[in-house]
Parts: sequence; structure tokens; C-alpha cells
Amino acid sequence: MADVLLASLLSPVVLAFVLGILAVVVRSDLEIPEPLYQALSIYLLLAIGLKGGKALSETPLAEVVWPVLGTLLLGIVTPIIAYNVLRRLGGFDRTNAAALAAHYGSVSAVTFIAAQTVAALAGTPSEGFMPALVAVLEVPAIVVGLLIAYARGERAGSWQEALREVVTGRSIVLLVGGMAIGWVAGADGMKPVEPFFVAGFQGALTLFLLDMGMSAARRLRDLKSVGVFLIGFGVLMPIVHGALGVWVGLSSGLSVGGAAVLGAMVSSASYIAAPAAVRVGLPEANPAYYLTASLGITFPFNLTLGIPLYLALAQAWGG
Amino acid sequence: MPTVPHRLVTIIAERILRDRLVEAVHRLGATGHTLTDVQGEGTRHAQSSAALGRSVKIEAVVTADVAERIVAHVAERYFEHHSLIVYFQDVEVVRGSKYAPQNEGV
Repeated sequence: MADVLLASLLSPVVLAFVLGILAVVVRSDLEIPEPLYQALSIYLLLAIGLKGGKALSETPLAEVVWPVLGTLLLGIVTPIIAYNVLRRLGGFDRTNAAALAAHYGSVSAVTFIAAQTVAALAGTPSEGFMPALVAVLEVPAIVVGLLIAYARGERAGSWQEALREVVTGRSIVLLVGGMAIGWVAGADGMKPVEPFFVAGFQGALTLFLLDMGMSAARRLRDLKSVGVFLIGFGVLMPIVHGALGVWVGLSSGLSVGGAAVLGAMVSSASYIAAPAAVRVGLPEANPAYYLTASLGITFPFNLTLGIPLYLALAQAWGG
Repeated sequence: MPTVPHRLVTIIAERILRDRLVEAVHRLGATGHTLTDVQGEGTRHAQSSAALGRSVKIEAVVTADVAERIVAHVAERYFEHHSLIVYFQDVEVVRGSKYAPQNEGV
């Protein structure tokens, strides 16, 4: 555990994230141009889609069915847990609790990638088809979160437009589209594009994390306004969801590495698909809450301590 | 060259509203528009972020009627919950007929 924790904390990816935070703290003039951020996120999402599709083409269906169903179930259950915690313990109003629940039920692709890297580093690589589970986990929680809010009367936003935003959003188009391409192309067809999409992947991820560190640090400005409860929620909710994810992962037949990665996915909070959908569907919800919690608190926690913790849980329960 | 008085309507809004606003501006009678990515901060504090994207500026040269309609639509639909501002100013354009709403003839 200590070895994995140290190796993970000292990986270029995590250190680049810390560098991003430092750059903001010392008010450096460093700035990642928005088009580069967009290009990197397209590259990363398409790359994991392609890899997942290729792996899917080599995996018997029976091996994938239970993890997919388990993931779907988690995508429905976790926003309900998060909503109730926020409403009953946190005293949040319905709109903001539902908005946060949508984020905490959905998944952060970068947390997934980081967890995959750490699991491989620890000698327990996760299954190749894991990206399929990311696609499965992304949508249901956002739908559940919006449903909770819309079931209680008039809303300023549009539920149909929000749903369209999730399903046609860039992360689903690139993940699912990439998987389809990788699946059709198969191992042989993927060879010509692998030097670009596989060899460059960790480098692009490092650059992306530098930008994420800067975004996270900027969100910390809002930390005072979100309150102590949400800060605690941003650390404790991921641990509960993560443990649940590890348990469901092991129960559905995933390896130790796969279960740890699923735990990290379930624990993570979305910051691409969910904010866009919630902004459209629930414009009354305060973005300072969900952006600060998911990007400023939960993401850094998972990246540093969360992922090694889920891996340790998976080893303890499944080893 | 002779010029005709028209109005330049400017909307500065969060990214998520871009397509809907452009669609509305045209539906309400604009014959064209210009779109720019912009940065800034307003009373709701910089909501532009990596997650939600840069803000956008939509500009359109329109007739006085259309300008009123656009401002009324934006105010009614979006002022309460979204970060955006809208304003118009008088401008002098050449080729005035270019900007008249097509469905009302020139």
C-alpha cells in the first residue's frame, strides 16, 4: 500500500497536477490555451475509446455482461445516496442537492485513466474493456439527478435539452464513437494509429493534468463560499462510493485491478458531461457548488489518496 | 456613400447558451450574426471555466423592431438564472436592405 501510494504520488501525472496548482498559487503567467485544452480532452477521450473498443473485440460477451449491469446499477444508486446525504445531512435545497448528485453519480474520465495507470503500476492491470464501463456509468446518474429535480414541479431549464446535452455531449460521442472504431478495426486495424494514440497517451495526460491543476486551484477561490459540509462531502462521499464500486466490481467478476478502477470511477465526480447538462437542465443550481466540489475537492483527493485506497480495498477483499 | 440607421445588438453569454441564442436571433429576424469567444467576469463571478467553456459574444445588425424583439426574448427567457448581458446601439450601415428580416420582404 505504502509503495503504491508513493509511486502514485510521485508519478509525472500527479506531479504535473501539483505544478499546475503551484503555478496559480504563485500567480505565474503560465496559461494553457483553451484550444489546447479542448484538443487534449478530445485526444484522451478518443484514445480510451479506441483502446476499449479493441479490447472489447477480443473479449467474450459473457465476461462483460455482469460488470456492465453492475456499473449500470451503481450509476442509478449512487446519485440517490448522494442526494439523500446532501438533503438530510447537509440541508441543501432540492435543486442544488440534485445537481450535486448528478455530478457524484457520474464519472470523471481523467480519474478513470489515472486509476488504470496506478493499477497497472501495482502489477494488477485492469480489464481492457473498462472504457465501456465509463460510457455506461456516465449517463444514468445525470438522468437520475435531473429526474429527482424535475419530479418536484416547475423548472426553469429544459429536461429534453439537458438529456440531449448528455447523450450528444463530446465525452459520450468520443468514447462510444472511439469504441465503435476500435471494435470494427480490431487489433490489426488499430496498429497504424497506435503510435499516435497509445505511445503519446501518458504525455498528453501529463499536459492535461497540468491544466487540471490550474483549474482546480482557481476553483479553490470559491472554497469559502461552499461551506465546511461540502468540503467533507467531497472527501467522504467518494470513499463510500468507491468502496461500493470495488465491492460490486469484485462481485461481478472483475479482477482486483478492474475492481479498483471501477471503485475509482464510481467515487469520482464528473466535470465535463454533468456540468454542461446540469447548467442546461437545472440553471437554478449554483455552479460554484458542483464545480468546486467535483474539480476542487474530489478530483485532487482521488488523484492523490483515493485511488491507492480503492486499490488497497480491492486487494484486501479480492486478493 | 449613403447610409441607413440600424441597430447593432450584442449579447454576451455563457457558452452553453450559444446555439440557442444564435437560433433565436435568426428566428426573431436577424439575417446574419458574428460570433466571438470572449473572457470576462460579471456579477455572477466568472462562470466561464474549463468545464463550461469561454463566454461568447453574439453580434447582429438588425432593424429597430428586431432589436426590441431580441432584447425582450433574452430578458424573458434567460435573465433570471443565466449569466448574460444584452444591449444595442445605433449604427449606420451601407446597403441597408441587407439587414431587413427576410420574411417581411425588403
